[in-house]
Amino acid sequence: MSAPAVKDHPIHRRWIGQSMKRVEDPRLLTGRGKYIDDIVVPNMAHAAVLRSPHAHARIKKIDASKARALPGVLLVLTGAEAVEQTGPLPCFANPPVAQYCIAVDRVRHVGETVAAVVAESRYIAEDAVDRIEVEYEPLPVVVNPGDASTSKGDAVLHPDRGANNIAHQRTLTFGSYDEDMRSADVIVRRKVRWPRSGAQPMETVGAIASYDEGTRKFTIYANTSMYNYVGWLMAVSLKIPAHKLNIVPTIAGGSFGSKIFTHKVLVLAATLARACGRPVKYVEDRLDNMTSCDNHGSDRIYELELGLKRDGTMLAFGMKVIDDYGAYLQFGVGHHGNAAAQLTGPYRIKSARIELTAVFTNKCQQGAYRGFGSEVNNFALERIVDAAADELGISPVEIRRKNFIQPEQFPYKIPTGNVYDSGNYGAVLDKALEMADYDGWRSRQADARKQGRYIGIGLASCQERSVFSSTEFWFWNHEPGFALTSSPESVNIKIDPTGKAFVTLYSPFWGNSPETMATQIVAEQLTIDPSDIEITYADTDQGLMGTGPGGSRYTVMIAGAIAGAATDIKRKLFKIAGHFLEASEQDLELRDGRVSVRGTDRGMTIPEIALQAYYFRLSLPDDCNSGLDARFTYDHPYTTQPNADRTDLGVFYPIMGHMCHIPIVEIDIETGQLTYLKYVAVHDCGTVVNPMTLAGHVRGGTVQGIGSTMYEHFYYDEQGQLVTANFADYLIPTLKEAPPNIEVGHVVTPSPFTEYGIKGGGEGGRMGVPPALASAVEDALRPFGVKIDTLPITPMKIRDMIRAAQQRKG
Amino acid sequence: MEQVQLTLTVNGTRYSRPVEPRCLLSDFIRHDLGLTGTHVGCEHGVCGMCTVLIDGQTARTCLTFAVQVDGAEITTVEALGTPAKLHPLQQAFWEKHGLQCGYCTPAMLLTAVELLNNNPNPTRNEICEAMSANLCRCTGYQTIVDAVESAAAAMKGEAR
Repeated sequence: MSAPAVKDHPIHRRWIGQSMKRVEDPRLLTGRGKYIDDIVVPNMAHAAVLRSPHAHARIKKIDASKARALPGVLLVLTGAEAVEQTGPLPCFANPPVAQYCIAVDRVRHVGETVAAVVAESRYIAEDAVDRIEVEYEPLPVVVNPGDASTSKGDAVLHPDRGANNIAHQRTLTFGSYDEDMRSADVIVRRKVRWPRSGAQPMETVGAIASYDEGTRKFTIYANTSMYNYVGWLMAVSLKIPAHKLNIVPTIAGGSFGSKIFTHKVLVLAATLARACGRPVKYVEDRLDNMTSCDNHGSDRIYELELGLKRDGTMLAFGMKVIDDYGAYLQFGVGHHGNAAAQLTGPYRIKSARIELTAVFTNKCQQGAYRGFGSEVNNFALERIVDAAADELGISPVEIRRKNFIQPEQFPYKIPTGNVYDSGNYGAVLDKALEMADYDGWRSRQADARKQGRYIGIGLASCQERSVFSSTEFWFWNHEPGFALTSSPESVNIKIDPTGKAFVTLYSPFWGNSPETMATQIVAEQLTIDPSDIEITYADTDQGLMGTGPGGSRYTVMIAGAIAGAATDIKRKLFKIAGHFLEASEQDLELRDGRVSVRGTDRGMTIPEIALQAYYFRLSLPDDCNSGLDARFTYDHPYTTQPNADRTDLGVFYPIMGHMCHIPIVEIDIETGQLTYLKYVAVHDCGTVVNPMTLAGHVRGGTVQGIGSTMYEHFYYDEQGQLVTANFADYLIPTLKEAPPNIEVGHVVTPSPFTEYGIKGGGEGGRMGVPPALASAVEDALRPFGVKIDTLPITPMKIRDMIRAAQQRKG
Repeated sequence: MEQVQLTLTVNGTRYSRPVEPRCLLSDFIRHDLGLTGTHVGCEHGVCGMCTVLIDGQTARTCLTFAVQVDGAEITTVEALGTPAKLHPLQQAFWEKHGLQCGYCTPAMLLTAVELLNNNPNPTRNEICEAMSANLCRCTGYQTIVDAVESAAAAMKGEAR
């Protein structure tokens, strides 16, 4: 596929660009949301799970007799029993890593499912869990990712995949890397550590599964999102034909990536329902979710190098990266595919190299978390750019400005092969500097320092790639495996006989605003009032292809799908109206819900046309069928295959947003406490559908990013115990840790390749904060010579670094 | 397990039900009474999702046994307003985009009800202090504070 034709975007819009109040809200505000745990199915029983206390152990023996004897217990199922009916869980890696909804003979991380109980109530189920006796044979525990290459014997988690704990190892070089490094005047080197944090939405993952003996069919209610993309894989795990499984989506109380797949919970609930002959509800509690969820994020150790000319011109960027994937590989090493989408950031860097080592350890598997690995790359790149600025004596603003890809250079192909569609990075930087009063704060900072106050000014200019193509999941593999290239999104629009629009989406609400966004775009396309539009979500039985939200793709993809379906509807409206009005279709226009003959007052409203379309076939043109509806599946607007040796990964994430974050902070050097004096976030997400909800994403993502930067850490001790497995130890920012005012600015550089020029913006906030805030802390502590290369930067760590620096000085 | 008779008033309706002594108030409200607007997030008393008003005061129902509130008057989000006629706080959360996934919203609303009952004219700092009891993973909090501030102004207008 070559670059698509550049789209012409209409300037005058009625609904797109409005801060319309969300259509989702009235029901959510009044407690009528119907999340997964609010769903009740007749005769439903309840499940609870026994989780492994060991990080690595063989399951020698399970005695469930006392649990089974408890009144109200319907079923206790072990892994050995479950595997007779249910096969391994779906896995994106190639070769796959066998993982089961209940561990079969070995547990590989604390919290892995060892057995499940179904009972008349959750209380009884949990009582029974406590009565299951398990004999374990502890195995050597691997927690340090550096040990993976030397692991042997029983310390190897997956002996079928190799003799050590290296899950995947490959070096990819893009462009004349060695030559460029040789021609560099300076090579700046830095080690960076990004620790494990996770999405932790306020609602956990759940499913209610039932089996109908009459239709021999499973129905699973679930707060999952890729069900119309890969839902059928659950049927494969359950060893049933795909048409005997219907997945019904519920709304989700937040996801941030963590509910993309939810395969463990769905398959477990269905396995239990089949085994006990009753509908079964299983909703994770917080401990379940923290120890065994899909949402542990990246866990990386970097050795970085950036080659530059003495004047600050960047030439080549390279890295050795070890990524601690935990015990299983849900999405393969797709996170590093993702990072390669914007490996070299907003800069004109000629060549790049990634030496990737992905390892297995006795920790929860990684899943997806807002950024999917690209946010980590942003941190790594921006940290070494700051280091280069320091080393070369160039200001952080100027080194960035000097190297930015210029507006006239787009579409711009970066060394990895991905193409950036458009951008104006200088404009974003200028706007952020102006909003932040950057120069003013530099002088206030100098004054404050004389008074013994430590103000820091941070800056990061990062990419926020949007609209993934699925090639990112497999191009790292030595053998691609299932080398899928489709990642479309569909909609169905029906105009009913009264002229109301019924819009069906094939991906769910997961905390974003799909109903509002679709309503605005349908209203724009068909000039129907938003109050006449109804949005529903299809189950898999009704499902057209929908890849779902993720990778900031949903708004762009839905806009494309709606435009496609609306075009068909408009064609039919014009055909019928032209017939009745005895006018040529070229002379007709659609405005304010009415098709009229241009320059006259003759016309028909959409309800009038719809009524004819439904009930008066003999009055319609001969080649016109009854009804008024259209469905459209919109494919990724611009993606190409990677080449065979992976020196070019192809185009896979071309809709490129950009941001500049400027936090201005003050640090109390006695306590290490950080206070926000100002926080500016300027984003370019192309054409904005709803400025209010986009600003909501930016602010919310920013505070999540503050969590990842300052407080949150899934910390495993040397026995592999997760010691931060609750909200008292895993510290999510409260209102007190959030900046009082995140000032959001927008620069609009429309995408030439998408409907209306929209770009994604759902992940951006979290993708910009870590490098910006790290640079602010480093800047505040410049008198102490402190370098920030490891997150999280807790107040205690800040205090320790200051104390160490003071001791060095004597 | 042995059950005890519990009598209490929820949103103005009097209920008398047998419950197990260990039954959490959050489960009683959600599953016995079917009032699922009260959510459960951590079940260890940190996140605040399960907040309701017990005799006018906010409390975490995941840390409260149902039997502890015998004779009490409970208010949940279902008592505030309906989609057709929102409470001024709900209206303000809607207008100021004080919610995204909506999961923390009922607790945030009830916390704000308590604040405005005790202090109809709070400063922004007082709002932050009161609302910081609950987690929200979506909004970054700023628009929640905006919403409470705006509702306080609107409610004062109504009272006048």
